[in-house]
Amino acid sequence: MKKFFAKAYIWLLLTLLYAPILIILIFSFTEAKVLGNWTGFTFNLYTSLFSGGVSNSLIKAIENTLTIGIIASIFSTILGTVAAVGIYNMRGFRKKTILLLNDIPMLNPDIITGISLFILFIAVGITQGYVTVLLAHISFCTPYVVLSIMPKLKQMNPNTYEAALDLGATPFQAFRKVIVPQIRPGIVLGFILSFTLSIDDFAVTLFTKGNQGLDTLSTFIYADARKGGLTPELRPLMSVIFIVVLALLVVINLISKRNEKTIGHNS
Amino acid sequence: MNKRSSWALPYFIFLLIFVALPLVLIAIYAFTDADGGFTFANFVRFAQEEETINTFVYSIEIALITTALCLLLGYPAAWILSNSEFNRSKVVVMLFILPMWINMLIRTLATVALFDFLRLPQAQGALIFGMVYNFLPFMIYPIYNTLNKMDKSYSEAAQDLGANPVQVFTKVTVPLSMPGISSGVMMVFMPTISTFAVAELLTMNKVKLFGTTIQENINNGMWNYGAALALIMLIIIAITSLYTDEKENAESSGGGLI
Repeated sequence: MKKFFAKAYIWLLLTLLYAPILIILIFSFTEAKVLGNWTGFTFNLYTSLFSGGVSNSLIKAIENTLTIGIIASIFSTILGTVAAVGIYNMRGFRKKTILLLNDIPMLNPDIITGISLFILFIAVGITQGYVTVLLAHISFCTPYVVLSIMPKLKQMNPNTYEAALDLGATPFQAFRKVIVPQIRPGIVLGFILSFTLSIDDFAVTLFTKGNQGLDTLSTFIYADARKGGLTPELRPLMSVIFIVVLALLVVINLISKRNEKTIGHNS
Repeated sequence: MNKRSSWALPYFIFLLIFVALPLVLIAIYAFTDADGGFTFANFVRFAQEEETINTFVYSIEIALITTALCLLLGYPAAWILSNSEFNRSKVVVMLFILPMWINMLIRTLATVALFDFLRLPQAQGALIFGMVYNFLPFMIYPIYNTLNKMDKSYSEAAQDLGANPVQVFTKVTVPLSMPGISSGVMMVFMPTISTFAVAELLTMNKVKLFGTTIQENINNGMWNYGAALALIMLIIIAITSLYTDEKENAESSGGGLI
């Protein structure tokens, strides 16, 4: 009996947790303007979403989200990988300082990160737009790259790098041919994490996008919702995002599971 | 070996410019007026503006209620998850963690959709439900993690020594899961106190939270006042994180999601 209640409780919570998402999913297959009205099953919203039947600004916002996500995660991954190797070789006070600074963007609430960067760009006098959003995204993604790579570096045998140098490799060659292959799973995990965080971000983007009309998906949805009522096309879009995030999560999990296994193997 | 530590230099400079400097700038802006002169006026204004103070207190109340509800609902869930057959396949555990990764706005709008669908009014009740809905996974995950790692022989020992189930729970399980509870409290309290869009969308702008006040001031060009308010929020958050003294950061454990 106790077991039954425990189980029922878990399933009740899950139902509540997923009810809103399910409703969006279900109503992405009907065309009604107002959510909750069922006017028959149709794929029309999906076809109009993918065939450009929706407004230009939505297409532009999707493009921005994707390009910012890709560029920011490439830069974060490079910056974070090089930094992680450096930090791994640091000792004492300097290491503590940089790791503390690295923690700040992860612990700070979004709104504080957003406002602080906004004030930075104002103080320096940079017009805010695409580039400032990119810089902001790199600043909150890179710490996660560093943290995904550090454990892999700790597992690595440091002598292999020295051996490569002794055998005549330049430091860059040794990095590319010896270190990178060994920490690759960490790099991939860092890249995917960065991309997920970037396309997911709302608050930081809102503060750093300036007033030149730049929008990412999040800020577009926000503006749209504030005008009252969602554009019906956003329902299939949200469903697609949900499925994509789901897929990315499965990939992240598989990678980190594999990482864990190799950790267990080495120790 | 030492030469390679200089590889971190570019990132160190990047962190100084984009992480440390912006935070220093918030403090500087908070203590200056529009012309750059030193002043306490921004804080005096905050103390005298009744509406802002009310919003501030109200936001703390909402954050506390949300955190308490999340703990009340989340702890039993985490406990059941770590103790039952759910724990073996991990699929159900994963289902609880998944929503953490879905855009907060999308989740909020989905809640709005649910309220629309059920024809419920969008008022304070909606706000609290929406917040709990949004942040519950952040409470369950760290508590589940500590409970899962906990050595079960402690509670068995307590049982053998004559403790009844209630005593085992209050004297052994809860104290041992404190690290999880405190990081869960942090992970819920921090975003709820600092949220702005969530409240706006859930209540159709009927209820205003402190985050919205800050955002409005920044948007209207009152950067110094906005910075002062942001600094106040930052201090509140710093105080709570000192209290909860996060021993275990769920995210830095690095072991993936489950």
